[in-house]
Amino acid sequence: MKENSNLKILGNGIIAENPTFIQLLGMCPTLAVTTSLINAIGMGLSATFVLIFSNLVISLLRKYIPNKIRIASYIVVIAAFVSVIEMLLKAYLPSISDALGLFIPLITVNCIILARAESFASKNKPIPSVFDGLGMGLGFTLGLSILGAVREILGAGTLLGFSLFGSSFEPALIFILPPGAFLALGIILAIYNLIKDKKGAASK
Amino acid sequence: MSYLKEFFSLAVLGVLIENFVLVKFYGICPFLGVSKKTDTALGMGMAVTFVMVLASLLTWLVQRYILIPLNVEYLQTISFILLIAALVQFVEMVVAKLVPSLYSALGIYLPLITTNCAVLGVTLINVQREYTLFQTLSFSFWSAMGFTLAIFLFAGVRERLETSNIPKYLKGFPIALITAGLIAMAFLGFQGLSF
Repeated sequence: MKENSNLKILGNGIIAENPTFIQLLGMCPTLAVTTSLINAIGMGLSATFVLIFSNLVISLLRKYIPNKIRIASYIVVIAAFVSVIEMLLKAYLPSISDALGLFIPLITVNCIILARAESFASKNKPIPSVFDGLGMGLGFTLGLSILGAVREILGAGTLLGFSLFGSSFEPALIFILPPGAFLALGIILAIYNLIKDKKGAASK
Repeated sequence: MSYLKEFFSLAVLGVLIENFVLVKFYGICPFLGVSKKTDTALGMGMAVTFVMVLASLLTWLVQRYILIPLNVEYLQTISFILLIAALVQFVEMVVAKLVPSLYSALGIYLPLITTNCAVLGVTLINVQREYTLFQTLSFSFWSAMGFTLAIFLFAGVRERLETSNIPKYLKGFPIALITAGLIAMAFLGFQGLSF
């Protein structure tokens, strides 16, 4: 029974309340780092790491943090884990660290993480909070990966660096330039709305 | 004279070439969230400008006189965000006390600025590029102006979108994003201006 509810929390983050497509949170990294699939995955997993640990710590401390300074306390906890992942990436995955650049320290101010701390971890026990962090993180990674894959295929004709269409393919460069991020996400959201609407109509 | 030159070349860089919102993607949340009306967009822009310049000044001092001498640069992210959170809180109190009319106009936007990645972003860029104090202040001022310009332009377009006939599935966020994409495309044209 208990495991069931944890799995439900996990699924909630990945699908029902997907941070990218439904809550539209954390848009800055979503648009900025999705020029290729590998960057998107790197960003998603870094944010997942921070989400899991910040949710865990904030949930453990939830009875000791005074209500008035809670936001500042959450930010300190989050910033500490962001510094950890920043140093880890610099040491072991320097290419990802270079590609993501400033957006790694900027995970600190990613609205998803603060939103989960405020709306979930501060009210729930540590174990469900970890699952919530994992679910939201994976949902975020999924959103980023879809956008990253679409932009990489259209804008560079490759996926994970492998050429897909041979040398005669002319990629639409605009999709890996900044405007393409807005256009691709706008169109994906519109398609998502369309699918949701069709599904809703079918079930009625 | 050289200061003046630097000031204006940073203006072109901050507002046009490296526009924070449309080229670098810092501060997308308020850009999408607070851009339904032009006057609230302008208010947000002003509040962000104020906080960004002050935060840049303070973080420059902290970096120069505390973090570097103590050799603890890895505490950058934590100390900067704490400083920004404290600053925003402080600004909120001061504005509420001294200029109540401005406070009620900006009220809801002020606390939001803490989690605006443009503010933390600009302070980290200043440090990364090893800007002098003068360059730091000019760059943060002009990037904030770039943010204000982008959010103001976007709000203007969105006011028009309200009354136009949009395909059903594009309503709301999708059309807003596509519009932002078109504005970003115009800004792409400024990339060649570098000097």
